[in-house]
Amino acid sequence: MHNPQLNAHGELQHLLSLDGLPREILTAILDTAEPFTEVAEREIKKLPILRGKSIFNLFFENSTRTRTTFEIAAKRLSADVINLNVATSSTNKGETLLDTVDNLCAMQADMFVVRHASSGAPYLIAEHLHNTRRHDIHVINAGDGRHAHPTQGLLDMYTIRHYKQDFTGLVVAIVGDVLHSRVARSQIAALTTLGVPEVRVIGPKTLMPTDLDKLGVRVFHDMREGLRDVDVVMMLRLQNERMSGPLLPSGQEFFKVWGLTPEKLAVARPDAIVMHPGPMNRGVEIDSAVADGTQAVILPQVTFGIAVRMAVMSMLGSN
Amino acid sequence: MKIHIANGRLIDPAHDIDQQRDLFVANGKIVGIGSAPDGFSATRHIDATGKIICPGLVDLAARLREPGFEYLATLESEMEAAMAGGVTSLAIPPDTDPPLDEPGLVEMLCYRAKKLNRAHVYPVGALTERLEGKRLSEMAELVDAGCVAFSQANTPIVDTQVLFCALQYAATFGYRVWLQPIAPRFGHEGVAHDGEVATRLGLPGIPTAAETIALFTYIELARLTGAKLHITRLSSAEGLALVRAAKAEGLDITCDVSINHLHLSDMDIGYFNAHCRLNPPLRSQRDRDALQAALATGDIDALCSNHSPIDDDAKQVPFSEAEPGATGIELLLPLALKWGRSHKLSLLETLRRVTINPARIIGSKAGQLSLGARADICVFDAEGETTVTRERLRSQGKNTPFLGHNLPGKVCYTVVEGKVMYAEP
Repeated sequence: MHNPQLNAHGELQHLLSLDGLPREILTAILDTAEPFTEVAEREIKKLPILRGKSIFNLFFENSTRTRTTFEIAAKRLSADVINLNVATSSTNKGETLLDTVDNLCAMQADMFVVRHASSGAPYLIAEHLHNTRRHDIHVINAGDGRHAHPTQGLLDMYTIRHYKQDFTGLVVAIVGDVLHSRVARSQIAALTTLGVPEVRVIGPKTLMPTDLDKLGVRVFHDMREGLRDVDVVMMLRLQNERMSGPLLPSGQEFFKVWGLTPEKLAVARPDAIVMHPGPMNRGVEIDSAVADGTQAVILPQVTFGIAVRMAVMSMLGSN
Repeated sequence: MKIHIANGRLIDPAHDIDQQRDLFVANGKIVGIGSAPDGFSATRHIDATGKIICPGLVDLAARLREPGFEYLATLESEMEAAMAGGVTSLAIPPDTDPPLDEPGLVEMLCYRAKKLNRAHVYPVGALTERLEGKRLSEMAELVDAGCVAFSQANTPIVDTQVLFCALQYAATFGYRVWLQPIAPRFGHEGVAHDGEVATRLGLPGIPTAAETIALFTYIELARLTGAKLHITRLSSAEGLALVRAAKAEGLDITCDVSINHLHLSDMDIGYFNAHCRLNPPLRSQRDRDALQAALATGDIDALCSNHSPIDDDAKQVPFSEAEPGATGIELLLPLALKWGRSHKLSLLETLRRVTINPARIIGSKAGQLSLGARADICVFDAEGETTVTRERLRSQGKNTPFLGHNLPGKVCYTVVEGKVMYAEP
């Protein structure tokens, strides 16, 4: 089956998912991001790479943080950024997704950064661009339903590589609501592609999707068992609306069993790092003592996120 | 019109006939098989050399979208599609708008269909008023109006007490109740088979148990009430096992599978292909293989198109927002042939699943070529090919997972009540 993310030369045409991308491309993005981390430390934080290009942040679902980091990344590459918060502007439901895209194409868009509540929405846009022969327009998935959040997955890989150098000897645990998490899916795809020999997921059965083991991970339900001797702990956010209902009895009980406390973290390797995609629910998935502790690399993740997004945008802009 | 269909290989599964025989038609009926009746003088000759002559196909589920959804399709467009597909008898599910819960509506539908003079329609009435699962429909009146069975289409009854009573009431008259096995409150927010593919794609899942839980209930209620059941659109190996056991136990129960579920699996969703958004969902390859084998052994009685024309606007949206369903009436014969070939079945056995078997489920005399029977005939070239393209599909709905496929078999002529209603262009 044709991979809609790659062009005829096997180069990245769109960034839609990390599942199905070859290791070379993942590594190339991480390598490209390296020098961009320095740009942030300069007095003038701008490069002319995307000068004159128009990037549309097309957010069908509310987000401040991700949209802002994409905006900063694009601006550091000198692109013109247009933010469209379609979640609020299309409440009248008049326009279809593809009509919106067509309209923005008519405004000479060069790149779309798309967030949508439905899994696969960025694929629909990419397919539409392909079918209408607009091969010079690129799509970056900024989160679609439960499916993928590839730039988050990449910035997590960048962070792991920064602290651990090599992927091939690591044990990594992903903790929490995997069922609803696009972040977890992108992390799993990237970790398995980059050669991490053991990827674990930990959480209650109600928050584990069916056949998760077929994605190449080991499933644990007990925190201490799952965290034993891991090098990296990746916490997931638990959405407020899922804290009490048919999936979980309460946030308190979740914290008691699966919240990351210093005691539970103690069974991991002493040099284990703790990550979180943000925004954190302190006292639900993570204890403040861990979030603010020496093993946490949560703020560096955010900084690296800008460099990684710059890398993705610059690579797409040149392909 | 008097027609002489000559030099063809006549296959009539109802009578286990597979021989070179000519067919003679007059006054809308079959008047001669093998030899012409005395004094027969044809006004039209059809040369069927190298072709198959078989009963017009019988489809257990064809949504013609009238009344209520004429923007999706009309009787005119879908009848043309049926003719091009060699399908001459159609059972119509009740999920129109309003649903087929009122004798006047059913009479109107039958009247409109009769006026068009294409395929014969067999409406399946709503089991409950407005398909709401609360009050019984007027079943006896609906049968007088032309209904052949009762169903809830894709809307399962939530209240088991109501379902029990509906089956009891239907059993009072011996009406067959067609039920799609869907648990009303389990996996109802799902859009794809709950398995590796849905997990990978982040699509909410519909567990196989949504089918089996419903079947456990239906079969137990059939035991209690003595109702005759027809299970529509089986999708899983586990569901199939339950139906097989119920049949073995001696319950009066039949079942069908759709062309999509017979040939496809959740792997075909690929990168969110909305054509594969179907109800029930496409399940695993293991399920598909089990369905294929069960149709061959006869555990599954019939193959149907589950024809559901849908417009592009409802499919050119993200997968989970897409309207479930696919157009299919023109693909029933080619996909039956494709299945039959891959299982090395004779044409006679292949065609049985789309002619006499579904006709018996409807309780109709259609689907056979007896002397004196209504002359509904399909002549096709088994060696020909049907290429599925938007341009060639006559249905107003152009959405099918098989777009771009080359499928075996090509319909050459469709005869309804002795009139040639389709001849290959």
